[in-house]
Amino acid sequence: MLTVSELTGLLRTSIEEQFSDIWLEGELSNLRAPGSGHVYCTLKDKTSQIRAVLFRSSAVRLRFTLQEGLQVIVRGRLTVYEPRGEYQIVLDTVEPKGIGALQLAFEQLKERLAVEGLFDQDRKKPIPAFPRTVGVVTSLTGAAIRDILAVLRRRWPTLHILIAPVQVQGESAGRKIAEALAALNDWGSVDVIIVGRGGGSLEDLWSFNEEIVVRAIAASHVPVVSAVGHEIDVTLADFVADLRAPTPSAAAEAVVPVLAEVVERLRELTARTGQIMSRHCAFERQRLDAGVRGVTDVRFRLQEAAQRTDDMVDRLRELLQRLLTSGRERIHEAQRNLSGLNPIVVIKQGLATVPQFSKRLEGQMGVILAQRGHRIHAMLAQLNSLSPLAILGRGYSILHTVPAGQILHRAKDVEVGQELEAQLASGRLGCMVTRVFDDSSV
Amino acid sequence: MAAVKFEQAMARLEAIVGELEKSDLPLDESLKIFEEGIRLSKNCLKILEEAEHKVEVLVQDKNGKKRIHAYSPDDEADEPSS
Repeated sequence: MLTVSELTGLLRTSIEEQFSDIWLEGELSNLRAPGSGHVYCTLKDKTSQIRAVLFRSSAVRLRFTLQEGLQVIVRGRLTVYEPRGEYQIVLDTVEPKGIGALQLAFEQLKERLAVEGLFDQDRKKPIPAFPRTVGVVTSLTGAAIRDILAVLRRRWPTLHILIAPVQVQGESAGRKIAEALAALNDWGSVDVIIVGRGGGSLEDLWSFNEEIVVRAIAASHVPVVSAVGHEIDVTLADFVADLRAPTPSAAAEAVVPVLAEVVERLRELTARTGQIMSRHCAFERQRLDAGVRGVTDVRFRLQEAAQRTDDMVDRLRELLQRLLTSGRERIHEAQRNLSGLNPIVVIKQGLATVPQFSKRLEGQMGVILAQRGHRIHAMLAQLNSLSPLAILGRGYSILHTVPAGQILHRAKDVEVGQELEAQLASGRLGCMVTRVFDDSSV
Repeated sequence: MAAVKFEQAMARLEAIVGELEKSDLPLDESLKIFEEGIRLSKNCLKILEEAEHKVEVLVQDKNGKKRIHAYSPDDEADEPSS
């Protein structure tokens, strides 16, 4: 009879002896990474599964990140976790299946940093055209530094080069490269930095894929040119750098122009400005000469014009004088013509004839009046003989009513007692009717 | 920074030559930028002549203090040459 512990112990010994070093292929699932740093997971295939644990000491050595569903090849040993009576595999190494661990790590980091935008084109700084100081981050012992120095010296012999020496491979290389980049940035007078190394294996170049290096390049205020390995080698440093050069020599060529060419260009520009300027001056001189000639011409023409003007003014004045004279004559003539028709003169002449007429009229009138006077006297005499008053002289009288003064023709027109007046040849009589004799019957 | 100054001076000089070549500037304007161009070109040459070839190594000691010394090809190796 065995106890549970005894049986578990026996199984554990047996299992550990039999499966002390095994390779296993499967798919990662149920990944858990608690704070302890150990990683727990399950390895499975289509029909079975086994618990697995990756202790912290092994986990930190992983280059890539464990992912759910990743096909892996692992190496480890089997053991039994006695408290639960479960067997499990303690993992020593984990490799992605079908692809190298480094390659996977590269892809994973590349994707993560790309999502962050670290490789975006608009982050890239322009490389200065004429750097005065070039910083170089690389190993002092590699071929890279010799190539870079040779090319820089050949192209720009007076260049100031500041080397920040680093290990470019090995455990701490990434950190050292990042520190060197920061140091050159802090130095202040560096215009552009070349970071890189000569060719090597993927492992050798690995530092330039490390996150710390990529972030240091991204953080650099000074433009960075990457130059890692050969043309075919591509690292994350190349993705993040402001310019990727295929080799260290190419990087050196990219950062400095050829001094002799720049000096030549400078001389050419200077000469060109001089030529253009003297041409311009000559041209302006010609314009000035032409201008002076023009001014002289204008003066002659002005004088000529002034003369012609004077001439014309004279002629105009003459013409005007003639017009005035002839006009005046015509006016006089017209005045003369008009004076015959002057109404005042006509009236005066008319008035002069009036007294003659009146005299003649007066004479005529005297004659006529005298003739008339005679006739009137004759007629008066004739009239006098016919006057009733003359009849009264012969003893007749006339009776009038009083006060109406009507001449009485019939006795019956008066009444007894009526007052009458009798007109005599000389004087009048007031009379009273005493009787009325109507002799109409007679 | 001297490098930036030189770059700007060269760019300005190119621009001046371009402007002068257009030749639609009045003479006094031309003279003004011509003088500027001559001044720039002298300055550029001076900058180039003043520069001195130097290769130096920037190192940090254990306290993180930076110092500079002249480079010589037999400087101590940090790694086996690759």
